[in-house]
Amino acid sequence: MTDSKYFTTTKKGEIFELKAELNSDKKEKKKEAVKKVIASMTVGKDVSALFPDVVNCMQTDNLELKKLVYLYLMNYAKSQPDMAIMAVNTFVKDCEDPNPLIRALAVRTMGCIRVDKITEYLCEPLRKCLKDEDPYVRKTAAVCVAKLHDINAQLVEDQGFLDTLKDLISDSNPMVVANAVAALSEIAESHPNSNLLDLNPQSINKLLTALNECTEWGQIFILDCLANYTPRDDRESQSICERVTPRLSHANSAVVLSAVKVLMKFMEMLPKDLDYYGTLLKKLAPPLVTLLSAEPELQYVALRNINLIVQKRPEILKHEMKVFFVKYNDPIYVKLEKLDIMIRLASQANIAQVLAELKEYATEVDVDFVRKAVRAIGRCAIKVEQSAERCVSTLLDLIQTKVNYVVQEAIVVIKDIFRKYPNKYESVIATLCENLDSLDEPEARAAMIWIVGEYAERIDNADELLESFLEGFHDESTQVQLQLLTAIVKLFLKKPTETQELVQQVLSLATQDSDNPDLRDRGYIYWRLLSTDPVAAKEVVLAEKPLISEETDLIEPTLLEELICHIGTLASVYHKPPSAFVEGSRGVMHKRLPARTGSGEGTECPDVGNAAGGSAPEAAPSIIPSQGDLLGDLLNLDLAPPTTTGPTPSTSGMQMGGMDLLGGGLESLLGGDIGGSPAMGAGFGAAPAVMPASLNAPVGGGLGDLFDLGGGVGMPMGAYIPPKTVWLPAMKAKGLEISGTFARRAGVIQMELVLTNKAMSVMTDFAIQFNRNSFGLAPAGPLQVLTPLGPNQTIEVSLPLSTVGPVMKMDPLNNLQVAVKNNIDVFYFSCQYPISMLFVEDGKMERQVFLATWKDIPNDNESQFQIQDCHLNSEAASNKLQGSNIFTIAKRTVEGQDMLYMSIKLSNGIWVLAELKVQAGNPNYTISLKCRAPEVSQCVFQCYEAVLKN
Amino acid sequence: MIGGLFIYNHKGEVLISRVYRDDIGRNAVDAFRVNVIHARQQVRSPVTNIARTNFFHVKRSNIWLAAVTKQNVNAAMVFEFLYKMCDVMASYFGKISEENIKNNFVLIYELLDEILDFGYPQNSETGSLKTFITQQGIKGQTKEEQSQITSQVTGQIGWRREGIKYRRNELFLDVLESVNLLMSPQGQVLSAHVSGRVVMKSYLSGMPECKFGMNDKIIIDKAGKGGVTNEAGKSTSGKQSIAIDDCTFNQCVRLSKFDSERSISFIPPDGEYELMRYRTTKDIILPFRVIPLVREVGRTKLEVKVVIKSNFKPSLLAQKIEVRIPTPLNTSGVQVICMKGKAKYKASENAIVWKIKRMAGMKESQISAEIELLPTNDKKKWARPPISMNFEVPFAPSGLKVRYLKVFESKLNYSDHDVIKWVRYIGRSGIYETRC
Repeated sequence: MTDSKYFTTTKKGEIFELKAELNSDKKEKKKEAVKKVIASMTVGKDVSALFPDVVNCMQTDNLELKKLVYLYLMNYAKSQPDMAIMAVNTFVKDCEDPNPLIRALAVRTMGCIRVDKITEYLCEPLRKCLKDEDPYVRKTAAVCVAKLHDINAQLVEDQGFLDTLKDLISDSNPMVVANAVAALSEIAESHPNSNLLDLNPQSINKLLTALNECTEWGQIFILDCLANYTPRDDRESQSICERVTPRLSHANSAVVLSAVKVLMKFMEMLPKDLDYYGTLLKKLAPPLVTLLSAEPELQYVALRNINLIVQKRPEILKHEMKVFFVKYNDPIYVKLEKLDIMIRLASQANIAQVLAELKEYATEVDVDFVRKAVRAIGRCAIKVEQSAERCVSTLLDLIQTKVNYVVQEAIVVIKDIFRKYPNKYESVIATLCENLDSLDEPEARAAMIWIVGEYAERIDNADELLESFLEGFHDESTQVQLQLLTAIVKLFLKKPTETQELVQQVLSLATQDSDNPDLRDRGYIYWRLLSTDPVAAKEVVLAEKPLISEETDLIEPTLLEELICHIGTLASVYHKPPSAFVEGSRGVMHKRLPARTGSGEGTECPDVGNAAGGSAPEAAPSIIPSQGDLLGDLLNLDLAPPTTTGPTPSTSGMQMGGMDLLGGGLESLLGGDIGGSPAMGAGFGAAPAVMPASLNAPVGGGLGDLFDLGGGVGMPMGAYIPPKTVWLPAMKAKGLEISGTFARRAGVIQMELVLTNKAMSVMTDFAIQFNRNSFGLAPAGPLQVLTPLGPNQTIEVSLPLSTVGPVMKMDPLNNLQVAVKNNIDVFYFSCQYPISMLFVEDGKMERQVFLATWKDIPNDNESQFQIQDCHLNSEAASNKLQGSNIFTIAKRTVEGQDMLYMSIKLSNGIWVLAELKVQAGNPNYTISLKCRAPEVSQCVFQCYEAVLKN
Repeated sequence: MIGGLFIYNHKGEVLISRVYRDDIGRNAVDAFRVNVIHARQQVRSPVTNIARTNFFHVKRSNIWLAAVTKQNVNAAMVFEFLYKMCDVMASYFGKISEENIKNNFVLIYELLDEILDFGYPQNSETGSLKTFITQQGIKGQTKEEQSQITSQVTGQIGWRREGIKYRRNELFLDVLESVNLLMSPQGQVLSAHVSGRVVMKSYLSGMPECKFGMNDKIIIDKAGKGGVTNEAGKSTSGKQSIAIDDCTFNQCVRLSKFDSERSISFIPPDGEYELMRYRTTKDIILPFRVIPLVREVGRTKLEVKVVIKSNFKPSLLAQKIEVRIPTPLNTSGVQVICMKGKAKYKASENAIVWKIKRMAGMKESQISAEIELLPTNDKKKWARPPISMNFEVPFAPSGLKVRYLKVFESKLNYSDHDVIKWVRYIGRSGIYETRC
């Protein structure tokens, strides 16, 4: 009973002694010797020299000795293939043994010996064992097919073992079925396109029957296999779900998780209005919660999976917040995961509890956990607006603790809170500034610098604060350097008088003394911006930033779907697809959730994160932009940085002007007139060539009118087309002048451009591109300028536009930033399009719908405008508007006042409802607009005015 | 599937190494030792990926068990298997220690060969394993015995062998509950739940069919509705029923029957096993209430007063009561006064530990302590960990009651009445904390 003695033989000449013992006549001595060999093998000693002697012990009646020898063989056969062949006979003989345990042992071991010659001999015994009368042998043989396939796939196919294996799925013994399923699933994984598993309703039925009878492990194999099946319709899906749900009460957590996987997947196919769907959702919560009382390692696996489930179907666990509260003695990996899920489940209903918990956690000892807890408080603020104030005050309390990493983490999240709720909590800046000295982590320093730069105008000593960082500029990490550069530029734009020196200093540090290309490039961008066009610089650098989204860290929807198909597995633990960590062909196949079938699904409103397949819009929530976001903001503009709409002083004369780089720009800023009219301040270096004050004057108006006539011939009720205006003056674009307008003709939006070459050389290679804009306008084709444009030549081009491009809200809403390229350079301009060209032809609403919708839209969304000096009667007005796809639905006359009810549909599906009051003899109309997206009202009103007055 | 399984001692020396798949090399053994066992940091995850190889580990006392794989395995299954492996080993040779593992390494290899085939877990019920894998080597078996073994190992009732005989048919039911509480200093219940287990020891002959009944709300309500004497039925059942949030069962229980009828029927394994686990959160009887009072007197002194109240029938006795009051790290001295039991300041644990052997229901007791503090310049405030409590009470805090356990064995001549049955309730504290 003291096998441990075998571990202690470390004498020299040990191998020699063992050899002698192995060849002893005494059985007991032999067995002792083999045990010693195995012990040496375990601790990593090389005992392969004993191979022939050990194999000699194989032929024995003693099962224990036989097992030991087999163990040795499995380990060393590969290194001694020639000698391993000596064992074949014994294996083949054992496969015929009357004792089923020995038959199974032989076939099990043979499959583990990866020697070609042995494999050849394996086929016949295996074939017999697959049809053995004893289920124990059959279940072992089933696994052996998978082993053999791993060694020689072709052989398995040629010998027809796959078919035999398939037959075993119908075996009477549940364990044989389970092992056959496991073997087939594994083989199928390496043949992604084969139809090996051939799951059909009949075979599924067999599996479901076996599910009730086999061991816990067998249940897992079967459930994992079921999860690969795609039911034909929602009814089949439901019936499978019904037969799988009892597994949720199994004591084995893996059975439960695999059952959850099947249910989560098949649920996709059930119609949501089905009673059963709701029942199923309710049934899922308790077993998931129960998983949290398992051992910590399993809790960890469960929590990683719950994290996915919560993202996919938040409704399942929304009332279970409390079970995710962290216990004092949970292992750290469980704590961190619980915290993650708490943030996901946080809502207005439970936020008070959650915050109280988080506050407790922030005082624990584990640094990672504390940091995450502090970060979580920030997340709550961003997610639940009502709690923001409380979160901020909690964070301030934490800052008061002066615990270094708590303070730093708090500052990082407060920065995010500022970005979500601008101009609300800036009163805390003073407290933050007090802690400036204790910040030693780059992320916290960068966050603090961002705050100082962003709110420079409210911080009296902002320049001193930033200057203090500047001293050790080159020792800072890149993210801090970038942030510092931007912050100082912001400060300069806000308080130009005192900070000129500072900005010069930082620009030269960034551009001249740094090796970092990002930093240098950003430095040059700012430098150039400030020197050529300070007003533009202001608009770029101090532009309003988009608010950050509330849901953060969400897994990308397609990945989430794939991971849901892998619930319970390593992929779900890592939150990575199997292809990311599995070598070779296995697991490369991407799994997808089935698409929903069934009827009455058309009207279902897709709720985010719940979308089946790819059928619903994939909301890709943006993630809190990290460092370098400002650079990101800039680069997002792609080809077209926002240009000022008004005229700007041109300072072309002093571009790249040596030491005097900032001269012109600075002075124009100091001139104070930022509004956009040309600053003709004294001391303005070079004579600025300023454009006429009003760029919007209809320079090409006449031409446009002519063109208008031509275009309008075919359609007397044609839409309103504004006159052409000059968008890009020749002197700003090296001789290229662009004027144009927008039109809607036969349902197609067109941009009509007039290109004039006012330069001395020929222009060729024209191309056009738009920046992201409010309605997703994008060129539907290339710019058709086929012939080169000679000097003083003019060409008219009309460019069809589509509305499926990338969307970004612009200000004003109908602003469009355009880049035009030719062989000389790229030019940028921005123009505004009349929103009427987005009014679609099928914008006439049913009366009933109109009434209901009008009532439905809250009164806050209504806006009223006056149109003055319009001398049309209601009839004519209605006709004229109809030409621009503004449809009159009803007309009512009350006390001499005509009330016209109209509807408009925009290309992106937004409806605008209008009520136009026309009083006979009164040239002033009143118009009320109601829309679910009230931002468009102003633009729509402008269209009314334009259409009615032209 | 599982590619290999290693067992290490606390130093990282390999005690058992069994490789099932060709993709797992010998260097995997070392990789785990170097990166996890010898890692300087505390273990941050039970799953580790080292050079595209995945390691799952659990620890029992100072023994590490690690399963290795290169595939996308079912992670929950791997951990369940590792736990099962521990149970199986424990049932063969007791505590899992380095010594025991070394003493039984041949047996362990034999087990590993049997319960894990090519990395697929196979039947791992000790009941049936013990019929053909023993520590005494293999016994000679007759042909009938052999086929009986194989049919049992692969059969539907893999957990019980045929032909068990007892002179006295007897069974013991233990309802073991652990009650968990987190209470705010003001006495508000932040979270409370009971996790319970029904453990059965069965010494029954043949293949008995059992049916277990408890005061599950769903069943009682159903019976109440279906019964003819609706009102009377309710009054006789008398005891309130309890709402069970969720329960899981041993694999011997027919889950589909539970799902459809909510009845618990099974053929039990022989000897001791866990029949079910359950969880409740509603109407929990909290056996003790802790009322803390902490006052900071200046910068160098704390006054702590803690009152505990027992909240159950006066005729019952709670045992092994222990209250643990944390003290700050800079404590220099503590004076304690308590009316009942013994209290001691344990500097090494940073806590005052107050022990009371027995306490009857509806009583209260209190302790007061003065804690002297060393002045520190540490700005960080003391986090005030919660006051925790341990105890054992002779009832089920969830309110669960066993209504019946019927035994039917049609082939043998004993009936339900002949079986001697014992039921016992034990409620223990799980994590029972009150913040202060």
